[in-house]
Amino acid sequence: MKLKELEGFLQTVTPFQNPKVMLEQYPTSPHIASRMLYAIDATFDDLDGKIVGDLGCGCGVLAIGANLLGSCYTVGFDVDTDALAQAHENNTDCEAEVDFVRCDIPSYFDGENGFPRKFFDTIVMNPPFGTRKKGVDMEFLKVAFQLARGSVYSLHKTSTRNHILKTASSWGAKCEVVAELRFDIPNMYKHHKKRTQDVQVDFLRFDLSQVSSPSESDGGV
Amino acid sequence: MRLLTHNMLASPVKGANNAFPLKLVCEKKEVMEADFDAEMVKHLLSRVEYDALRATVESIGEGPLPVWDDGLKENEDFLRQMHHILLEIHVIEGELECPASGRKFKISDGIPNMLINEEEV
Repeated sequence: MKLKELEGFLQTVTPFQNPKVMLEQYPTSPHIASRMLYAIDATFDDLDGKIVGDLGCGCGVLAIGANLLGSCYTVGFDVDTDALAQAHENNTDCEAEVDFVRCDIPSYFDGENGFPRKFFDTIVMNPPFGTRKKGVDMEFLKVAFQLARGSVYSLHKTSTRNHILKTASSWGAKCEVVAELRFDIPNMYKHHKKRTQDVQVDFLRFDLSQVSSPSESDGGV
Repeated sequence: MRLLTHNMLASPVKGANNAFPLKLVCEKKEVMEADFDAEMVKHLLSRVEYDALRATVESIGEGPLPVWDDGLKENEDFLRQMHHILLEIHVIEGELECPASGRKFKISDGIPNMLINEEEV
C-alpha cells in the first residue's frame, strides 16, 4: 500500500466526538499516523506479518493503519468506552480486523498474576503526554516494554526527551528519535487559550531486542 | 473479540491466583472469513497458551482441538483449523468470568470490558 493510499484510508477514521480532557484525548491526525506507520513498515519492517498492540488506542487510527499495512494480528486497548465504540466503527468502515479491549492500561498490566506476557512483536502508541496526569506517559511506556518483544514506537513531548531516553536506557532499551513532529492540537478544551496550539513532539523508536530473549516460559507453543 | 485476544487476557482482580484463562460465556458469535496464510498462523501459534485455548474452544462448542504435538506446527489441516479458530470466530456478546473470584466482565459489541471500577473514568 502506498503512503497516499494509507493516508486516504485513515482520513475516513472518525476522531473523538467528545474528547475527555483528563484522558488527554488528542487525535493522531491521518497525516501524522500514516507517516509514522509508513516509516515503521518501510524503514524498520515492524508491521508486516507482526503481532501489534496499540496502548491508549482512542479511535483506533494507529491500530487500524497497522493492520492495513499487513499486521497479522492487532489489538487496541483503551479505557474510554466512547472512544472504543468509535474505534470499532472505524475498524468496520476501513475493513480492518482489529480487536479492542477496554481496560485501564497501567493498572490492568501491572505484572500481577504473571501477566503481561510478551505477546506482541510491536507496540505502536500515542499515549497521553502526562500533562494532566503526571507520569502517565512513563506508565504507558513501561507497560509497552513489558508487552513487546521487538520494538515500541511512541510519541512524547520533545521537552521530556532527556528524561525518557535516560529511563529507557535504564530499562535496557536502545532508543532513537525517528522524527521531530509538530502536533497541531486544535482548541478542543476550555483550558486552551489560543485557537490552536503547536506542541513539539518526538516520534521515538525503542529497540527491545537486546533486553532479554523471550523464553518458553513467556508462553506460546 | 477473537479467541486469540481471549487467550492473552487475565483477570484484573487483585490477588486472584490462577486467574487464567478467564471462563468464556459466549452468547453470540459470528464467523467472518479471513485469508489463510500458513506462516502467519504459525507465528500466532508461537504466542498461544495452547492448553487454555483448547479448553476454551471446547467450552464454547467449537473444535475439538487435538492434544498438542510439535508435529502439528507443520500439519496443514491443523493450521487451517487454527486459522479458523484464532482469526475467524468473533465473540460479539458474552461474558468473561474470573476463575478465582467469580467476578464477571461483559463483552458487548465484541469489546470485553476489563475495568473493575466503572467510576475510574
